[in-house]
Amino acid sequence: MRLTYPTSIKIVRVPCTGKVDVIHMLRAFEKGADGVCIVGCMEGDCHFKSGNFRARKRVEQVQKLLNTVGIGGDRVQMYNLSSGEGPLFAKYANEIHEKIMELGPNPIKLKKSKAA
Amino acid sequence: MIVADKKPVEEIIDYVKDSKKILILGCNECVTVCEAGGKKEVGVLASTLRMYFLNQGKDVRIDENTLERQCDHEYLEEIRDVADEYDAIVSLACGVGVQFMAEKYHSIPIYPGVNTCFLGATEHRGLWTERCQACGNCLLAVTGGICPVSRCAKRILNGPCGGSSKGKCEINKDLDCAWQLIVDRLKALDRLEDYEKVCEIKDWSTDRAGGPRKVVREDVQI
Repeated sequence: MRLTYPTSIKIVRVPCTGKVDVIHMLRAFEKGADGVCIVGCMEGDCHFKSGNFRARKRVEQVQKLLNTVGIGGDRVQMYNLSSGEGPLFAKYANEIHEKIMELGPNPIKLKKSKAA
Repeated sequence: MIVADKKPVEEIIDYVKDSKKILILGCNECVTVCEAGGKKEVGVLASTLRMYFLNQGKDVRIDENTLERQCDHEYLEEIRDVADEYDAIVSLACGVGVQFMAEKYHSIPIYPGVNTCFLGATEHRGLWTERCQACGNCLLAVTGGICPVSRCAKRILNGPCGGSSKGKCEINKDLDCAWQLIVDRLKALDRLEDYEKVCEIKDWSTDRAGGPRKVVREDVQI
């Protein structure tokens, strides 16, 4: 298949998106990530029944918090696809990459580098 | 347990916006169970505040700590050596913890990070309901283990009232009529004769009507 996706994307593997908590996403932004994309299984296909639904709710919480602190909730997004959909993963990866490029860098990262 | 709900982050930001060193202090007891003020919530609030202040270009130090309880002297003493370093402490404990903190560390402003709601139970994750109003004179023995003081909107002791319809309360069609529950329960226990007994006027002096209350147990005092 030899599909490519932007090299700026760093993959963090978790056993299930249900393992991803609010604090994990917040820490990523605190450390300077420009965007976070949670890629879970298709809705209804979670091996642990509701992991991807839990993740979606947590993504929504993070979006609200990021809007409150002025970083922008658009920087975090949830996608659902099956592990057999490589081309769709590459498409989503390009999509989130373009979106983040439009939004620009994480304002915190800029402030941090100015302070240093 | 004491059930609390998170305060909006905007409100907390407003309390601490002028502070330079802030301690976010959680509690390992009730507020941890109701997911409002435990270690996890401390981490989320601290991270959110750090990002807020960084984005504002302010250099603010935000530390995290979670005590076993904030309603006991010995646990509050754990931060005695470090408390003076902060110019604000946001306590995610219930109102008891926040007040006890304020009494113990009276030179540091203590802000509440949660809204304390009621004494309740976890129906399922994410749903907590009221079960007790701490009236100080428990009558659950005669009402089949269902409390009309906390679960009846009118707190009536000889119910149900005329607003009970098909087992639901008139104030909300989703709310069970406490007295319907009591009758059903007494029936199941084969104790319907208890329902026939008229409950006398309750002594409310043990409730809030008597002002702030205290329990004195000389037998356990040292």
